[in-house]
Amino acid sequence: MAPIDSIISITGLSKSFGRRKALNNINLEIKKGEFVTIFGPNGAGKTTLLKIMSTIINPSRGSILVNGIDAKKHPEKIRGMIGAISHETYLYDELKARENLVFFARMYGIENDNIDSRVDSILKSVNLLQRSDERAGSFSRGMKQRLSIARALLHQPEILLMDEPYTGLDQHAAANFERVLMGTGDSDVTRIMITHNIERAFELCDRMLIMDRGEIRFDKLKTEIESVEEFKEQYLSIVEKDTDAEGISNV
Amino acid sequence: MKKSLYIAAKDLRSEFRTKQMLNSMLIFSLIVIVIFSISFGDVLSQTELVEKLAPGVLWVAFTFAGTLGLSRSFAGEMENGCLEGLKLSPIDRSSIYIGKTISNAILMFIVELLTIPIFIVLFNYNISGIPGLALVIFLGTFGFVSVGTLLSALSASTRAREIMLPVLLLPLIIPVIIPAVMATGTILTDGGIGSIASELRLLVVYDLIFFVVGQLVFEYTVMD
Repeated sequence: MAPIDSIISITGLSKSFGRRKALNNINLEIKKGEFVTIFGPNGAGKTTLLKIMSTIINPSRGSILVNGIDAKKHPEKIRGMIGAISHETYLYDELKARENLVFFARMYGIENDNIDSRVDSILKSVNLLQRSDERAGSFSRGMKQRLSIARALLHQPEILLMDEPYTGLDQHAAANFERVLMGTGDSDVTRIMITHNIERAFELCDRMLIMDRGEIRFDKLKTEIESVEEFKEQYLSIVEKDTDAEGISNV
Repeated sequence: MKKSLYIAAKDLRSEFRTKQMLNSMLIFSLIVIVIFSISFGDVLSQTELVEKLAPGVLWVAFTFAGTLGLSRSFAGEMENGCLEGLKLSPIDRSSIYIGKTISNAILMFIVELLTIPIFIVLFNYNISGIPGLALVIFLGTFGFVSVGTLLSALSASTRAREIMLPVLLLPLIIPVIIPAVMATGTILTDGGIGSIASELRLLVVYDLIFFVVGQLVFEYTVMD
């Protein structure tokens, strides 16, 4: 039974691809409105965990409840509660910005009468209303990422999943992304982000996880961590220890 | 069904804007017809021989042009992770399959509609049974696209998708192509729908089987 204030409750979650174990017995409770950042080296299982949360892939073992709903039994209900942002934009280059959003609004079951007003308001919030009749393919990387945020927030999701959203963004575009991210949506939206950008994530999030080799090796609230430097040391000690151990066993 | 129609409309809107797939399918189809008409130039005056050859030529053009189009059908969805974006939406996976099948079929119908007049002129044909021919082409194309869309999704994530698709597709569509060619031949010479009843029955059965199976297994073809 998940705690009452948990929006995501993961119990004994494992995932294998053939012989390779991507996730090993993950247990995790995420509270409503929390901003959780997941760090870890490549291949740690972060993206796999996010994909299981978004019901794109099924776990090999264990369960995941989102708002008390079993992901295995009702994946479509859960997908309706989730907005996803990735380094991929999920946008059709040949369609105009507005057409992209109208299409996804229909996919998310937003009623036809409300689509135009919803699309206008979300385009305005990401500062793209003036460019709404231009093709997404003609946008810069930063603009595409803003449109991608609009697409993810269109149906007012309760959970926002972000997989390395800073990839390909310059400093200015990254700052813009954060401004839009923190300025749009309700404050009680639960945000889960995978990133390698420790400094930026440290500023934004409430809770930090480190994953390595398919396991959660570190899980603390930001208030429990003194500084970003302390967290970096923790991160390196966890990741390097495992890398050293692997190196020795290989020899 | 509504969401499938939205997906089909989105595909067609994208395609009509760039015309990448449509142009290449049409050019390929016309080239096949022209090449065959040149190579059979000597026998085009012999009606009996033309009646035996022409239906096969027509379906070769449709099949290869269609394969060309299908190979791009899911390639567009792989760009920018759009297929993943669709999979993240709260829709049944079979809606994606149905939507894609509809848009692929419409594109093929357009190519066929533009190819047939050229075919009639170059092969010196007198078309008598237009409704019958339209029915055969509709059923043959639908069966072809039902299998093709599924295999296009399956091969889209493989590295050699351009090679993989025809290798998988061509053997599987033989049960659709054979009755379609036979029915086209009969309809072009005889003109009566009654004389192709058995071929039509076969086509309907295959179309239904492929379309239903496609919807059932599509989820597994796009699974990560």
